Amino acid sequence: MSRTNTLPNFKNTPVIDQVGVEERVARFTTRSIKKSSKGQALKMILNMIDLTTLEGKDTEGKVKQMCYKAVHLHDVIPNLPTVAAVCVYPSMVKIAKDALKGSSVKVASVATAFPSGQSTHDVKIADTKFAVDNGADEIDMVISRGEFLSGNYNFVFDEIASIKEACGTARLKVIFETGELSTLDNVRRASEIAMAAGADFIKTSTGKISPAATMPVTLVMLEAIRDYYYKTGRMVGMKPAGGISTSKAAIHYLVMVRETLGGAWLSNEWFRFGASSLANDVLMQIAKEASGVYQSIDYFSKD
Amino acid sequence: MSRIEIQKTYKLFIGGQFPRTESGRYYPLKNKKGELIANICLSSRKDFRNAVVAARSAFASWSTRAAFNRSQILYRIAEMMEGRKQQFIDELMLQGATIKAATTELETAIDTMVYYAGWCDKYQQLFSAVNPVASSHFNFSVPEPTGVVAILAPENNSLLGLVTSIAPAIAGGNTCVVLASERMPLCAITFAEVLNTSDLPAGVVNLLTGSSQELHAHFSTHMDVNAVVTYQNKPDEIKTIQQNASLNVKRVFVHTAVTNPNPYLIFDLQEIKTTWHPIENIGSAKAGY
Amino acid sequence: MTKKTKQPSLDFKTDWAYAPALEDTKHISLKKQYDLFIDGEFVKPHSKKYFATYNPATEQKLADIAEADQTDVNKAVIAARKAFEKWSKISASERGKYIYRIARLMQERAREFSVIETLDGGKPIRESRDIDIPLAANHFFYYAGWADKLEYAFPNRNPKPLGVAGQIIPWNFPLLMAAWKIAPALATGNTVVLKPAESTSLTALKLAELIRDSGLPNGVVNIVTGAGSTGAAIVNHPDINKIAFTGSTDVGKLIQKSIAGTTKKLTLELGGKAANIIFDDAPIDQAVEGIINGIFFNQGHVCCAGSRLFIQEGVADVVIRKLKDRMETLIVGDPLDKNTDIGAINSKEQLSKINKYITIGKNEGAEMYQSSCALPTKGYFCRPTLFLNASQSHRIVQEEIFGPVLTILTFRTIEEVIEKANNIPYGLSAGVWTDKGSKIFNLTSKLRAGVVWANTYNKFDPTSPFGGYKESGFGREGGLHGLMPYLKF
Repeated sequence: MSRTNTLPNFKNTPVIDQVGVEERVARFTTRSIKKSSKGQALKMILNMIDLTTLEGKDTEGKVKQMCYKAVHLHDVIPNLPTVAAVCVYPSMVKIAKDALKGSSVKVASVATAFPSGQSTHDVKIADTKFAVDNGADEIDMVISRGEFLSGNYNFVFDEIASIKEACGTARLKVIFETGELSTLDNVRRASEIAMAAGADFIKTSTGKISPAATMPVTLVMLEAIRDYYYKTGRMVGMKPAGGISTSKAAIHYLVMVRETLGGAWLSNEWFRFGASSLANDVLMQIAKEASGVYQSIDYFSKD
Repeated sequence: MSRIEIQKTYKLFIGGQFPRTESGRYYPLKNKKGELIANICLSSRKDFRNAVVAARSAFASWSTRAAFNRSQILYRIAEMMEGRKQQFIDELMLQGATIKAATTELETAIDTMVYYAGWCDKYQQLFSAVNPVASSHFNFSVPEPTGVVAILAPENNSLLGLVTSIAPAIAGGNTCVVLASERMPLCAITFAEVLNTSDLPAGVVNLLTGSSQELHAHFSTHMDVNAVVTYQNKPDEIKTIQQNASLNVKRVFVHTAVTNPNPYLIFDLQEIKTTWHPIENIGSAKAGY
Repeated sequence: MTKKTKQPSLDFKTDWAYAPALEDTKHISLKKQYDLFIDGEFVKPHSKKYFATYNPATEQKLADIAEADQTDVNKAVIAARKAFEKWSKISASERGKYIYRIARLMQERAREFSVIETLDGGKPIRESRDIDIPLAANHFFYYAGWADKLEYAFPNRNPKPLGVAGQIIPWNFPLLMAAWKIAPALATGNTVVLKPAESTSLTALKLAELIRDSGLPNGVVNIVTGAGSTGAAIVNHPDINKIAFTGSTDVGKLIQKSIAGTTKKLTLELGGKAANIIFDDAPIDQAVEGIINGIFFNQGHVCCAGSRLFIQEGVADVVIRKLKDRMETLIVGDPLDKNTDIGAINSKEQLSKINKYITIGKNEGAEMYQSSCALPTKGYFCRPTLFLNASQSHRIVQEEIFGPVLTILTFRTIEEVIEKANNIPYGLSAGVWTDKGSKIFNLTSKLRAGVVWANTYNKFDPTSPFGGYKESGFGREGGLHGLMPYLKF
């Protein structure tokens, strides 16, 4: 694998104009996706969802029910795709893995003292290895925001690189917690650090604070991915997480991916939605397209 | 035997120097009794061309001086005029004014110069604006000087006419080429001497004497002149000037009489520039512009 | 893991295509024939002649428009003069209230206006709906508020209206230009005779209907439709006090020449060839968006279009690559489709003018690049076009093309780019992209243009004065300064 030998100076990442980003985003939201292109989009979205439960009160029962839903979204409608993955705490990985045996749905695990990331390096490595050993296909790590905001960019880089090593064959998603980074300049910087350090995916948020994913933040990350791809030839995936609960919003994200990166990223190998209630909204839209009438949530299983 | 006087040669004022007209021509200025007062240069279009070159090259620096600096220079012009009071009054009387009229004209002219000196660093505040646009941008409009202004000074007010037409132009950062009154040109050259001793940079004001009938077409066709101001009440010439102005969309201002001094005469020779820049809003508070 | 076997490239042609999302047109009402709006009612043209107006996207006729001749113009001016006697005397706040009514009615009928604007002129529905019509309504709303405050706008000046204003507007923003002309004229107490461009008269005529519905006194606004000779009749009419013209520099000069020797006041808003300058420390992706917006918005039919792109040499390759990628996502198509980014060129004549310049550019040796999008088979359409490696002396760089054609030049130093940006007879607008604050203000103060956009482009607002330096015209529209052209002191 080709790799640049010198680390870029992470203090000098491209500047971002926030108002300009917001204006570009506004154009995406005025795209009108109707009829067949809407149906296509809805199915793509379903297949890109990482169904998520990350609560203190998670139990074996909760996780098993979510895993069943992951494979059987709404059996009343034939030929529906499954979601891409489920996302759980390391302690639930084994349960999820068993529940999903035989399906194509992956198991992603959060790790590295999620969600705060405030712990020692050894604890974070152990956390990661535990999840990987239990069968996690993907690891969603968090960066040390405190170190980042103190300007210790090389620390952040090293941390990501060592977690990547601990992942083995599991794919690594790096969560920035963009709500804490606050400026788009910082989001761009975090993207460059993570990709240089070997991230397979860059991800906006833990979903635990607000704001979570937003279109401006996502656009900045997609543009960073594009520039990195042109420079190195390596594709990196992107996952906005939290705050996307309507099909309409999700479709706007797909428009954004399509018009920034093109067709190659429009699959769940390279794009995911971190969401819990989005799936049911998409199902309702699919049902509406098929039947012609607006739907009620009562007809779609919550969970 | 009484001493022979050294008679004054009346030349042009171009680029801070006093050349004769390159055409070598002159016209005699006579008093009421028909006696020769002086030979006045009859400027040619080449003189005008040279004056425009001088005005253009002085513009970049004059227009970007601190406004306060400009006001000090204009005030000094008034100081120099006060110092030459007697010379001006004598010349005005030579051209036919009574001593009372001459004194009044001179005093008004000096006070007018002081008036415009005071405007140099204030008209911007009157004519600029911060515009409350509906999007997240800082938006402001400022006046900027138009550039090189060709001025046809009033025919009937020798000194006061010059001051009234020149002061608002240069107070606003423009440079100018001025054609003095044909009938009463004497004060123009003395005024040029005043300018020359006032720290006014060379080329900011250029003074020509001659005939508007001959020169008005050149004043208005030159492609490097941005505006024409005329105080000459000659309808045919005005029409020609306005027609010619269309060649490069010159701004034309026609005054039929000497107006009361006011800052809108400065504003006539200004362009308004509006600038936009985004405002980055982080957090919930929004900018108040 | 992907290997770098060839140059990485992105493919924007995906399986997931956008289905057409057409705006509904059934709710609008268009007459088959429109007469002149004089003294509060629609009257037949004196010559009984009409001309057709077409939809440039389909080449189909939309309606017949009356052709006003000198007699009609005279009638309109008489009506305006008569109305002026009363209009200038009613209380200023009452005047303002009429203008507020116009603004509110336009907001109510916004969608209908947007659809008709798109049908008549070819601009995408998204633009007429989101930009043109809202800005037009807001313009009336803003100036309505000034009507009774003029003594504060010009302290110690005792401002008075000029009388009857003759106004001639272009085809690129038909309703918005009508608003820019009518609103300040009315607010300052003048009455109006306005001629819309002959290829886009419909929204002005719908505005006439709206004005009639608003109860505005008869004759305060008169709309006379027609082409060049109608315009000349207005310019040369002896009882008009003020001419306001927006259009090409050539016609503007003709008008300035025609009114020489009269006491008519004049303001002109003419052409431009704006420099859009990108420094190596600019926010590049947002700058690219600004470039795209600057030249392809409204099909490039914008006097302030950023049609000369100056890229600092160090980032030229990156910017051009991003430009090309972004152009691939631009959709040229049916203006009524909500997904269309670039609509139809306004007329056959304009399209052939643009194509003429594209040929000139190729012959001059500049490198042409066009996106690969499909074009509709009917109608007048042009792909977004770049000319790379252009230089100052190329005709395509010096002359206004008024289409979606961008010329690209590189520069090395600040002094060089300022000099080149100003080295043109125009002076309407300019753009600067750099992250450094002190550099921004250095550039904005040195660029000789009436509107300077720093880290943004093509932004408009009723409070923001708009107009040119040099051969881009004189006088300002918008803001407090926009009142001045319609007052005497």
